[in-house]
Amino acid sequence: MKENGKPRTLFEKVWSAHTVRDQSDDTPAVLYIDLHLVHEVTSPQAFSMLRERGLSVRRPDQTIGTMDHSTPTTPRNELGIIPVADAMAAKQLDVFTKNCSDFGIPMYALGDEHQGIVHVIGPEKGLTQPGMTIVCGDSHTSTHGAFGALAFGIGTSEVGHVLATQTLLQNKPKTMAVNVEGALGDGVTAKDIILAIIAKIGIGGGTGYVFEYRGEAIRKLSMEGRMTVCNMSIEGGARAGMVAPDDTTFDYISGREHAPRGAGWDAALSKWRQLPTDDGASYDAEITLRADELTPMITYGTNPGMGMPIAATVPKPEDESDYNKKIALDKALNYMDLAPGQKLLGKAIDVVFIGSCTNSRISDLRLAADFVKGRKVADSVRMMVVPGSQQVKRQAESEGLDEIFRAAGAEWREAGCSMCIAMNGDQLQPGQYAVSTSNRNFEGRQGKGGRSFLASPLTAAASAIAGVVTDPRTMMAAN
Amino acid sequence: MEKLTHIQGSIVAIPVNDIDTDQIIPARFLKVTNKEGLGKAAFCDWRYLEDGETPNPEFILNDPVYQEASVLVAGDNFGCGSSREHAPWALMGAGFKAVISTDFADIFNNNALKNGLLPIIVDADTQQQLFSLAEEDPSTAVSVDVEAQTLTLPDGRAINFPLDEFSKYCLLNGVDQLGYLLALDEEVQAFEARNPQRVATTA
Repeated sequence: MKENGKPRTLFEKVWSAHTVRDQSDDTPAVLYIDLHLVHEVTSPQAFSMLRERGLSVRRPDQTIGTMDHSTPTTPRNELGIIPVADAMAAKQLDVFTKNCSDFGIPMYALGDEHQGIVHVIGPEKGLTQPGMTIVCGDSHTSTHGAFGALAFGIGTSEVGHVLATQTLLQNKPKTMAVNVEGALGDGVTAKDIILAIIAKIGIGGGTGYVFEYRGEAIRKLSMEGRMTVCNMSIEGGARAGMVAPDDTTFDYISGREHAPRGAGWDAALSKWRQLPTDDGASYDAEITLRADELTPMITYGTNPGMGMPIAATVPKPEDESDYNKKIALDKALNYMDLAPGQKLLGKAIDVVFIGSCTNSRISDLRLAADFVKGRKVADSVRMMVVPGSQQVKRQAESEGLDEIFRAAGAEWREAGCSMCIAMNGDQLQPGQYAVSTSNRNFEGRQGKGGRSFLASPLTAAASAIAGVVTDPRTMMAAN
Repeated sequence: MEKLTHIQGSIVAIPVNDIDTDQIIPARFLKVTNKEGLGKAAFCDWRYLEDGETPNPEFILNDPVYQEASVLVAGDNFGCGSSREHAPWALMGAGFKAVISTDFADIFNNNALKNGLLPIIVDADTQQQLFSLAEEDPSTAVSVDVEAQTLTLPDGRAINFPLDEFSKYCLLNGVDQLGYLLALDEEVQAFEARNPQRVATTA
């Protein structure tokens, strides 16, 4: 797939295969979109715009809807229905149902057997495939890049553009190779890789770039691990992150509902094998991390770039030479009520949240369940486990994971975004500390006044048991 | 979208780096199905005390001397985080016409331009100068010429800022980008004819 003999990156191959019109001095490129995911929160104003202009959805057959952001995760009633207590959320869900119905878009409603977080259901249904362009009115659309797709979040105006035309105006981003060499140690996970990358480059370090994650540690990750890494590309400022597809990718997709079959599978596979970056292709920037030097990571501040190895101490504003950064760190520590130089290990916590489009897939739940099995969540801790989709929930229940969590004293909930965005009543109380497997520790993100420590499912599970921030490796050694 | 050719207005500074869209408008306000009334929610958790109603006297946007400000000067990397277009809707609802920073998160930048909220990139020295000016004299005003891509400071210094040609055309003429895409229908059809459909969600 070299073009005129010039070696190309994975990103360049996917980009050029989707340009309806090239970028010029006067106009951005026009990019064709293979798959558009829609949910209830960022779509209503886009559908209103279509109605105002008398437009239809150009390709409802390349669009799919699910309810996830504002949906409750509380138990079903005797009729098997998940009741929505919040009147505004209920109205928004009704509007979404009507919009999808009126415009012919297939949609998974709250409680449907296929419903779930938009970035969990795309891959699990086999809709997410290598070489595609995928967008959604949600910044964590970068998740789908784990399959070698170009996938990124868009605003509601752009949701309208894609609904009406199946295209988007985009300026071509730059590329950054993110190499993760070596092998991960025990107790260190995909989440720790991405938290370490973001801590290294900062929350704005990838602005204007598409990341390509490369190297031995990335190749060894499962698809779910790769999704965790790509998911948080946006926390490093990059709209998209990609991993070249390989046999791990193809094995994951094979046999899924929307995966190609028969001769179609063979044809797809031969195309997908052409996608990885050619030898000699160049990137606009490059960084390298050593996986074998990583430990479990945790954030201490109010953006995901404020992360550190779990045994480290909270940085001191006085050590920060950049004035703006010093102010930011001071403000963050004040909000978090942490002292400069203090350790987080041993810090008492109130809540543990396992879920979100970052870490709510079956392998995440297995990892956490394996850890809490036969143990008890500390009395002082509320532990919530929220599967990413109804399918993940059923799978977990078939493996008895729900029973393990309940026996340990954790809550086993219905699927959705839940406490990652705290729109649905699942939220921290002011002043509470949480260890969360989600992706954002912004002020108030998980509930007004709440304080989040982002970490892996293993670290979250260990901290739930101990009642304090805990390095999971210390408890693994005790096993 | 209304035409945006010039902005003349006083500035207010929030000298904080990495202001994310959860601060610009917290997620609990995203349960709306239209764009109206979001100005009240702008910076809500910084603007109000714990009861959510009493203005926080410490927060700059509540200072009576800054009530007329229409240009926000912010720390680096403004608008990071969530893709919510409610962020520019809220800022515009709160009376802002432009935001000045050293850089903007990509999605926020796109969303702002599509709504006629102008993101203006300046260097760190100019940013610091504006922080100081806003603090020293709340009546400090700047003017912006979109066509010339200049931000003019009170001392008369005109600073150029980047703006892509297409966004500029849309701002100056008050047109949105969808019209351009709709006019490309034949090219899109040709693309679809050349490239087989990847997945069918309705299958």
